[in-house]
Amino acid sequence: MPEGKYLAGEFFMSGDEACAEGAISAGCRFFAGYPITPATEIAERMSQRLPEVGGIHIQMEDELASLAAVLGASWGGVKAMTATSGPGFSLMMENIGLGLMTETPCVVVNMQRGDPSTGLPTLTGQGDMMQARWGSHGSYRIIALAPNSPQELYDLTIRAFNLSEKYRLPVLIMSESATAHMYEKVVIPPVSEIEITPRRKPTASPEEYLPYKPDSDLVPPMANAGDGYRFHTTGLTHDERGYPAMSAEAQDKLIRRLVEKIEKNRDKIIELDEDGIDDAEVVVCAYGIPSRVSFRAIERAREEGIKVGMLRLITVWPFPEDRIRQIAGQVKAFVMPEINYGQVVLEVERCTGGMAKTIPVPHMGGGVHTPELILDAIRQAVR
Amino acid sequence: MSKVTGDNEKHPLDAYLRTERLPHIWCPGCGCGLVLSCFIRSLLKSGLNLDKVAVVSGIGCTGRVAGYIRLDSFHTTHGRAIPFATGLKLANPELKVVVFSGDGDLVAIGGNHFIHAARRNIDITVLCVNNFIYGMTGGQLGPTTPLTARSTTTRMGSIEEPFNIPYLAAASGATYVARWTTAQVRRLEKAITEALLKKGFSLVEVISPCPTYYGRMNKQASGLDTMKYYRSNSVIKPDIDLKYADIKLNGQIVVGKFVDIERPSIPNL
Ligand SMILES: Cc1ncc(C[n+]2csc(CCOP(=O)(O)OP(=O)(O)O)c2C)c(N)n1
Ligand code: SF4
Repeated sequence: MPEGKYLAGEFFMSGDEACAEGAISAGCRFFAGYPITPATEIAERMSQRLPEVGGIHIQMEDELASLAAVLGASWGGVKAMTATSGPGFSLMMENIGLGLMTETPCVVVNMQRGDPSTGLPTLTGQGDMMQARWGSHGSYRIIALAPNSPQELYDLTIRAFNLSEKYRLPVLIMSESATAHMYEKVVIPPVSEIEITPRRKPTASPEEYLPYKPDSDLVPPMANAGDGYRFHTTGLTHDERGYPAMSAEAQDKLIRRLVEKIEKNRDKIIELDEDGIDDAEVVVCAYGIPSRVSFRAIERAREEGIKVGMLRLITVWPFPEDRIRQIAGQVKAFVMPEINYGQVVLEVERCTGGMAKTIPVPHMGGGVHTPELILDAIRQAVR
Repeated sequence: MSKVTGDNEKHPLDAYLRTERLPHIWCPGCGCGLVLSCFIRSLLKSGLNLDKVAVVSGIGCTGRVAGYIRLDSFHTTHGRAIPFATGLKLANPELKVVVFSGDGDLVAIGGNHFIHAARRNIDITVLCVNNFIYGMTGGQLGPTTPLTARSTTTRMGSIEEPFNIPYLAAASGATYVARWTTAQVRRLEKAITEALLKKGFSLVEVISPCPTYYGRMNKQASGLDTMKYYRSNSVIKPDIDLKYADIKLNGQIVVGKFVDIERPSIPNL
C-alpha cells in the first residue's frame, strides 16, 4: 500500500463516495460492477481509487457476471465488493446463493430506488428488504446492514467486510438513493485506528485440510486458490471435504450449520440504536433514511407530552427478535415507517405476538415521509 | 517378468484425480473422461506449477470435471464459470485459470460472458466440451444442436441454426482458437498445451460423444459409433474461413488450429 493513499480527516462527500472509501479502508482491493443509478458513483470512485492502492476495478457485462467475478476474486484471496440497485440486485440473487453455499466472504451494496422493475431510477425506495432476506432460493440466513448517513455508509462498509470475513458469507449493505446521493461530513480515522478482521486461514497441512470442517463457532477456515491446498468447492450440497454429497443427511448437516453460524452469533452481529425506550408508550422502529425523519417526529411528539422511544435497526438481518419481544411487553405500540408497502414491519408484528399494536407507515417510494405522517401515526398509537 | 499386482490397477494419472470420488457419474462411451485425461496430460506437458492452476466449471455433465481433478477447483453456477474465472485471475494473476465446461453452459446461458471475456482478452483458457446437446438435464436442445437433429425438446428435429463456436470466439477476439474431436487425442493434447501456455483468451472446442442422449436420438447408438463418425468425417483445415466451419447433422467436422495471434490481454497489459 503506497503511503498517503488512505484518506484521513474530515471530508464532505456523498454516501456513494463514503461507501467506496469505507471499502478502501476495509482492505477491499477488487470491485466488479455494472453501472446503475444510484450506485454508479461507487463504481466510478472505485475505478479511480483501486489502482491507487494496488487494487483492480473491472466493469462487467452485467450483474450476474459482476457478482460471479467478486466471488472468484474472493477465492483468489482479495477482499471484493460490488454495488448495484434493484434491477441489478435481482440479477445477483443466483450468485448470492453460490456465495452462501460456498461460504465466500464479499460485500454487496444495494442503493435502493423506487420499485419494482425499472421503477424510479433516480428516486429513493426501500422495496428490496425482503428480497435481501429471501431473494435467493433456499433456506439460509443473511446479514444486511442499513446505514442512514454517508458517515454510516463509511463505517458500515468496513463492518460489512469484517462480518463477511468472520462469518464467511456475502454481507449486504441495504441503503437507498437518498443516502447514496446525500452530501455530508464524513470523518475518516487514520488507517492505524481501523479494526480489520483478517481472513481465517487453515492451520492444517494440505493433506489434512478439510475445507468445510468448521471451527467451534461453526465457521470453517478458508484457503485461497494457489495456496497449495488443492481444494474443491461447489454450490452443490457438500461434505466437510467440499465434495458433493447427495443425501438428506448431508443436506441436514450443511444447511443447519449455515443457518446456525448466524443464529448462534446474533448477539455479536446485531447492532441497534435506541433512545428513550425505557419509559416509552410508543416506539418508532425504523432503518435507513426514514429513521432520520422519525427523529423530528419524535421530538414533536415529546413536545406534545407523548412518551415515545426510538429503535433504529442498524442491522436489519438477522432481525432483532428478542429485543422486539422485550419491548413489545412494555409498550402500547410500534410505529414503523418504511419506503415500501410494509415489509420489515411484518417481522415486527410477528415478534410482538399480539402484545403490542404495530402501525405501519408506508411510503410507496420516490420520496421520504414527512415528519407529520409519522407524528400522526404516533398520536394514533396512544389514542 | 512382471506380475499382475494391485498396483497395476492404478492409473498413471491417479495422482491428479480425486480417486476417492470414483466411480464418476459419466455414462459408458461419454467423451468427458477422455477430455479430462487429455487435459491432465497437457497440464503435465505444459510444465505449469500445478499448485498455481485453478479449474472453474459451470453446471452440466462436463462441469463435473472440477470435482474430479485434484487441483484448486470450483464448481460454480450454470453459465457463470467465465466471470468467476475472470475475478479469480484478476485477483491472483499468478494463477493459470482454466474454465472446463459444456457448450450449453458456455454459449447458451453463459454466452454473453463468453463473448465479453474473448473481447476483453482475459488471460484464461476455456475448454468447451461440445456434445451437441444438454447432457445433464436429459438430452434437450442446446445452442450447438445441428439443424434438424433430434433432442427431447425437438422430437421432430431442430429448426434452429446452431452456434459455430470457433467462428464466434474468433469474431469476439480470442487469441487462440482450435477445434478437435475426441478421435484426435494427440492433436487435442497439443492444442490444450498450447492454449494453456498462450497469453490471452484461448479456446479449445472438443467435439465429444454423448451416446446416451445425442447419439441415441441421432443414429449414433454407441460412443464407438460416434468415434467412427468423427474419424471418417473430420477434415483438418486450419486456414478455413471460419464461417464455413459450421457443423451439419452427421456432416463434416472441420478441425484444426484456426487462430493463434498476439493481442494485449488482461491482466498482462
Ligand atoms: C440457472 C439454471 N438453469 C438450468 C439448470 C439446469 N441445467 C443443468 S446442466 C444444464 C445444461 C447442461 O448442458 P451443457 O452445458 O451442454 O453440458 P453437458 O451436460 O452436455 O456436459 C442445465 C440446463 C441449472 N442448473 N441452472
Ligand atoms: S448424459 Fe451424455 S454427456 Fe452426460 S455423462 Fe452421459 S454421455 Fe456424457
